[in-house]
Amino acid sequence: MQKAMAASDGMLLQKQARRGHLQVWLERMRPYLYIAPALTFFFLFFLFPIGYVIYLSFFDWSLLNLEEMDWVGLDNFKELLAESDFHQVLGNSFVYTVSTVFLGILISFFLALWLNRSARVYGIIQAAVFSPHIISLVSIAMLWMWLMDPQYGLLNALLEMVGLPGYTWLADPKSSLMSLVLVSIWKGVGYNTIVFIAGLQSIPKDIYEAAELDHSPWWRTLTRLTIPMLSPTLFFLLVINTVSSFQVFDTIYVMTQGGPINSTNMLVFYIYEQGMDFYNGGAASAASVILLVVVGILTLLHFRLMGKRVHYQ
Amino acid sequence: MGLVGRRAWKTIESILLFGVGLVFVFPFLWMFITAFKTMPEVYQFPPSWWPESWQFNNFRIAWSSGPFLTYVWNSLVVALGTLILQFLIGVPAAYSFARYRFKGRNMLFGLSLIALMIPSQVIFLPVYVQLSHWGLVDTLWALILPFGASAFGIFLLRQAFMQVPDEVIEAARLDNASEWKIMWTIMVPLAKPVLVTFGLFSFIYHWNDYFWPLIMTNSDTVRTLPIGISMLKAAEGGKQWNVIMAGNMILVFPILVVFFFAQRHIINAFVYQSK
Repeated sequence: MQKAMAASDGMLLQKQARRGHLQVWLERMRPYLYIAPALTFFFLFFLFPIGYVIYLSFFDWSLLNLEEMDWVGLDNFKELLAESDFHQVLGNSFVYTVSTVFLGILISFFLALWLNRSARVYGIIQAAVFSPHIISLVSIAMLWMWLMDPQYGLLNALLEMVGLPGYTWLADPKSSLMSLVLVSIWKGVGYNTIVFIAGLQSIPKDIYEAAELDHSPWWRTLTRLTIPMLSPTLFFLLVINTVSSFQVFDTIYVMTQGGPINSTNMLVFYIYEQGMDFYNGGAASAASVILLVVVGILTLLHFRLMGKRVHYQ
Repeated sequence: MGLVGRRAWKTIESILLFGVGLVFVFPFLWMFITAFKTMPEVYQFPPSWWPESWQFNNFRIAWSSGPFLTYVWNSLVVALGTLILQFLIGVPAAYSFARYRFKGRNMLFGLSLIALMIPSQVIFLPVYVQLSHWGLVDTLWALILPFGASAFGIFLLRQAFMQVPDEVIEAARLDNASEWKIMWTIMVPLAKPVLVTFGLFSFIYHWNDYFWPLIMTNSDTVRTLPIGISMLKAAEGGKQWNVIMAGNMILVFPILVVFFFAQRHIINAFVYQSK
């Protein structure tokens, strides 16, 4: 009897000890358990796809039959880079990105200098300029398609009212890409302006007072003081805007479908077209990898910048 | 500059300010005006600045051109479902990153931040192949799951959790509250402003999103509102701008109303990424 009790006591102790171990172990693992679900999702939907698309780009495949994949090595890339259509896609993406980023940042910079005031009117105009940023791109695309209608659109009506001839907008390959640039700038300027204003407000006031005491003319204050102090903001906006310009898809899909004669076909639309419409998975995944490299480089730049900022705080 | 000069400059500036405001607001107003016009009025040149008679019928035509109730429902399910999942997954991750010291923390945090910067347009193709292997293409899951963990949300919440003073947590631990309980009943309520900010951002993003549902869905039962709206263009013969604009009002109007009442919150939510 006593023996039995002792045995069960021992077992109980053992059990407690084991539970203790388990608890200690759980306690140690707790931080990892808490981040595990998030990391699982990041792995499944971000890290794994990056590897997977690189893998896919070495095969000839199509969405019609995923079982059949033929290894072709670097052929997809070779074919892609030899194709004149793809050259045009790269060229369009480049022209679109440089124009959108350059003009967008320039306009927002001056808007920010102007609107960075505390009176209520400026706040209202800031909100107005920002408003397109929160509207679905699909609506913005359709709205601008209507505004740019060559026959009945508001823009040509306004041009005519001031005695100018109507413009071709999306209908002509010479003007179609720049029309998309215009829409993108209209949508993006508000965001950039608000970020610039936040940057301006973080510049210490006493530096400006010192400049004023020195009788520094406004343009010198601008080029020697404001612009250098804004350079982190400027750099951040350059990266963010470049990445988002390379992502352009919705406006192309709704407004032009890449046309007329391929004049507005850009990377993401090309990938979509090749992969989902022409069932040419090889070309689509190779183009994805090229886009990934571009965005990856920009992301690393962004990441280093952000790392720096986190350290400052 | 004399008093007269200054006053003149003030007037000119006011006109310019009004002009800038108009450039950004008038297109929306034009959407509104067009949505109420009759077809002949839409095709009148030069255009009329105000509808002659208010055609509420355009909205009815737009609404009945497809199963719009289903689209709205799907949009709400996707936007709210994503938000809930992001919350459930994000809170423990953010708490862990903010409050525990453990091996590999910085590396893992950096890894999650990379997800913040990879646009979905870059990896949609492999994700599509993956989801079709799992049989999830053309289901609402395909619209929710890929966004289940939000790096931006984790980043924001971590900042908020780090700002909670140690004493608050120590006091709770002395009361024998479990870590799990501390996280949900003490930390989460303290992070309410950040949760509102993030909630607005996430909801608006997914309500507006066109690209992902376009890729992932092809039947009416799982389509979201932006897809339904974009199909108006084809359904209405391409040129019924009054009906198309009326349809777009359904998508745009709720967001503009929310923006009107929560401007500062929303602007902060969207611009926070820059800080």
